[in-house]
Amino acid sequence: MKSSVFLERRAYHRRRMRDLARAVPVFGGVLICIPLLWPQGEGGVTNANAIVYVFGVWVVLIALAALISRAVQSDEPPVVPTDES
Amino acid sequence: MVSFNILVAVALAYVAVLFAVAFYAERRAAMGFGRWLHSPIVYTLSLSIYCTAWTFYGAVGYAARSGMEFVTIYLGPTLVMVGWWWILRRLVRIGRSQRITSIADLISSRFGKSTSLGVIVTLIAVVAATPYIALQLQSVTLSFAVFAQAGGKPWGHEELNGAAIVVAMGLATFTVFFGTRNLDANERHHGIVMAIAVEAVVKLLALLAVGIFVVWGIAGGPTEILQQIDASPISKWQQDGSRWIGLIFVSGAAFICLPRMFQVLVVENVDERHLNIAGWAFPTYMLLMSLFVVPIAVVGLAVMPAGSNPDLFVLTVPLSQGRDGLAMVSFLGGFSSATSMVIVSTIALATMVSNHIVVPIWLSSRTGQGAKVSGDVRYVILLSRRLSVAAVLALGFLYYRVSGGGTALAAIGLVSFSGAVQVFPALIGGIFWRGATRIGAAMGLIVGFTVWAWTLFLPSFGDGAIITEAAMLHGPFGIAWLRPDALFGITGMDPLVHGVMWSMTLNSLVFFMGSVFSFPTPLERLQGAQFVNVFDYSAGSPRWRSSVAGAEDLLIMAQRILGGNEAQALFQREAKSQGKAGYLPDVTSDFIERLERELAGSVGAATAHAMIGQLTEGSSVSVEDLIAVADEAAQILEYSNKLEAKSAEQDRTARALRDANEKLTALSVQKDAFLSQISHELRTPMTSIRSFSEILRDGEMTAKQQGHYAGIIHDETLRLTRLLDDLLDLSVLANGQVTLRDQSGNLRDLLDRAVDIASGNDDGLRILRDRSGEDFVLNTDLDRLGQVFINLITNARKYCDAKTPQLRIKFSRVSGQHVVDFIDNGTGIQIGNQLMIFEKFSRIADQSKAGGAGLGLAICREIMQRLGGQITYLPGQGGAAFRVVLPNVETLSNQ
Repeated sequence: MKSSVFLERRAYHRRRMRDLARAVPVFGGVLICIPLLWPQGEGGVTNANAIVYVFGVWVVLIALAALISRAVQSDEPPVVPTDES
Repeated sequence: MVSFNILVAVALAYVAVLFAVAFYAERRAAMGFGRWLHSPIVYTLSLSIYCTAWTFYGAVGYAARSGMEFVTIYLGPTLVMVGWWWILRRLVRIGRSQRITSIADLISSRFGKSTSLGVIVTLIAVVAATPYIALQLQSVTLSFAVFAQAGGKPWGHEELNGAAIVVAMGLATFTVFFGTRNLDANERHHGIVMAIAVEAVVKLLALLAVGIFVVWGIAGGPTEILQQIDASPISKWQQDGSRWIGLIFVSGAAFICLPRMFQVLVVENVDERHLNIAGWAFPTYMLLMSLFVVPIAVVGLAVMPAGSNPDLFVLTVPLSQGRDGLAMVSFLGGFSSATSMVIVSTIALATMVSNHIVVPIWLSSRTGQGAKVSGDVRYVILLSRRLSVAAVLALGFLYYRVSGGGTALAAIGLVSFSGAVQVFPALIGGIFWRGATRIGAAMGLIVGFTVWAWTLFLPSFGDGAIITEAAMLHGPFGIAWLRPDALFGITGMDPLVHGVMWSMTLNSLVFFMGSVFSFPTPLERLQGAQFVNVFDYSAGSPRWRSSVAGAEDLLIMAQRILGGNEAQALFQREAKSQGKAGYLPDVTSDFIERLERELAGSVGAATAHAMIGQLTEGSSVSVEDLIAVADEAAQILEYSNKLEAKSAEQDRTARALRDANEKLTALSVQKDAFLSQISHELRTPMTSIRSFSEILRDGEMTAKQQGHYAGIIHDETLRLTRLLDDLLDLSVLANGQVTLRDQSGNLRDLLDRAVDIASGNDDGLRILRDRSGEDFVLNTDLDRLGQVFINLITNARKYCDAKTPQLRIKFSRVSGQHVVDFIDNGTGIQIGNQLMIFEKFSRIADQSKAGGAGLGLAICREIMQRLGGQITYLPGQGGAAFRVVLPNVETLSNQ
């Protein structure tokens, strides 16, 4: 019997979801550093806008993490501790 | 105005509620109803100890001073949490598979279970946490002072110090009570986790309440508050990029490395899947905590008189508006933030101090007796933990006194964070890079710690307090490039960024170079492979060669640390999985490794390894073993390991067969011996009966002689009858033809009777009992059970070879069964014979002493089987010990 070189569709999809899970903090890190490019001081961005931006990014990150967390349920069984009394 | 006394009363009532919650959770967990304690929500809430009084009070102060920068402290952990797939998942898996008890334990375990690394990490953690604990004490006392002032009696130094002492002692009591109550094999504390989950809710609600009041109650709505921010002194986005990035890094790394965070993230984690939820739920928590920080700061700056401490706006703003109830809620929120952090922090530090410093010293101070000495050491470990809790809190208090409690909260917090982060390179290197070595890690930690202490920690005591002003300005001894705020002559950096940058850079560099140019020991390489490839090798590989250690020695040692019942249960389970009966499994390398992990859960990896090492006489891993499992071709060998696992089942069967065979062989030998013995036993009385009856038949003797001879004949027939009775009894029992009577009575009376009958007038054997504890109602055939007891006591009298023989009779409850242990102080029974003693016809030691046919224990076993109980030999008790498991009848209430 010849086994396929490729993963079946669902397992493949799960792997890509994990890649996505890994990418979220990188993506978040970039977004969070964007304010450093803003003009500062007089005539620059106000803190009121900065608050809206930062909390907006925060909400997006949380939402992304929540969505992905469903998709990446680990398929390997969790380690069973040896104290099964 | 809230009177100060009401405030104290509310605080005390709140503490009482926390005690009750912790108590209730422990009770439920002990009764096995702890399911809800293990929910992802409780896990997420327990992570909230990240948000301490620093968040609750300090964040607003931080925002009032530097605008949006405060948010970096929560953005770092947010990135770590949403990226849980990278680091946290790995840490939690390692923590569970290696039974990690603290961050020091993780580092020590990864680098070859090194004791010295454990000590270094523990010291760093204690030094870095001390300012932070001081900070919590400071914030609680300051908040008390606010109310005292509002009540018209401003506090001086005296009162502040007094309050700090009371708070520190109260926290020590709570922590000792719930944190060091028992030595849990998994180092989990249900009561405390539940209490901090409650505190998490309280502090969140409190801060939200103040925020909502400020936005809608004072400012008039979200749009208005944004306008007010625009009009405030902190309206402009002015952010130093190096601080922004540096702080996000420091807070993210500290989130993993802080001992208390490691404790709740990894050690208290009961299910890996909780990370899934916490990965987004905890960032949400932090977002809610930070949401109203800037509004409160802005409104505080507007409504409070100039010069008031912005660190206390959360309290003073509601007070100034006459909202006493809200101020009270806010006070409880701050109180919760401070207490939960201190409690978990002290537990984590106390575990580290006791496992990595006190216990190793205690163990090495009694080499010679070593790990084999019997007696419980758990009390030593618990005591050392309790003392460590007190010591850690005392240190915090001392720092509070020395630093004068004057510095802004945020500044102290950041110094502490950057200290904890020194573990980060070794941690990340340890779990991702197999080449990391112990020497590299130790050098990196020491260099990083030194640079941190020089650039951040020592200057934090204030100008000229420890480092002289001359040294600050011109460097120590005039060496300009060593100036604490301008290492290598690079000036103009923010002091914090400067300290973090240099300490982390040098730390990582030295760690890397040290690792590259040193050679790891075999155990390090093995642990390295297990940590880095934790998702591939959860099973682990053998690391203890040949079994020099005896199973009984191991049991004795395990009993000292895990406690008698747990250790016996563990050994029994292991023996069972090998297909053996009794308490002593074969000492395979697998078994030793499992045992070591079990012990590591209580005393840390390094100590557990050292203790096992003492017993196995250091036959740890050799380079050959290592090549077999951990070289670069390990993946291929792993496959063969899997095949090996498949043949484990066959191994078990083979072992069982081998045991059975040994038993049969021994039995047949004994059976032959018994046959000759029984013929001898039958023949001796028969001979005398025959000769004396011949004499009687021939007559011609006095009546006195006649009586004497008849008496002898009578005695001999009695002996014969007894022997035959025994044989009959046994065969009846064995064939199941016996009818059991249904009686009920008290265990104490039964034992009293058995002791009376068995000892008679003979007072050579001292019997130790706890008669008051034996009040237990039995429903079984009491005569038969009594027969078993009598037999065991008689045996002890006959065979116990101590100078002053003693027999301890102990009634107890072990894993749901009632047992009576009979333990004497003789030499006990050798392992080889332990299997045999319950067999028919078996008799060990010299035959003459026995005076019976070796049927006693065989009869006992048959009786116990018929009654639905069990009798077993209990090894490792310092003498011959038998355990009678009473028949499991429904227990009537104790009379």
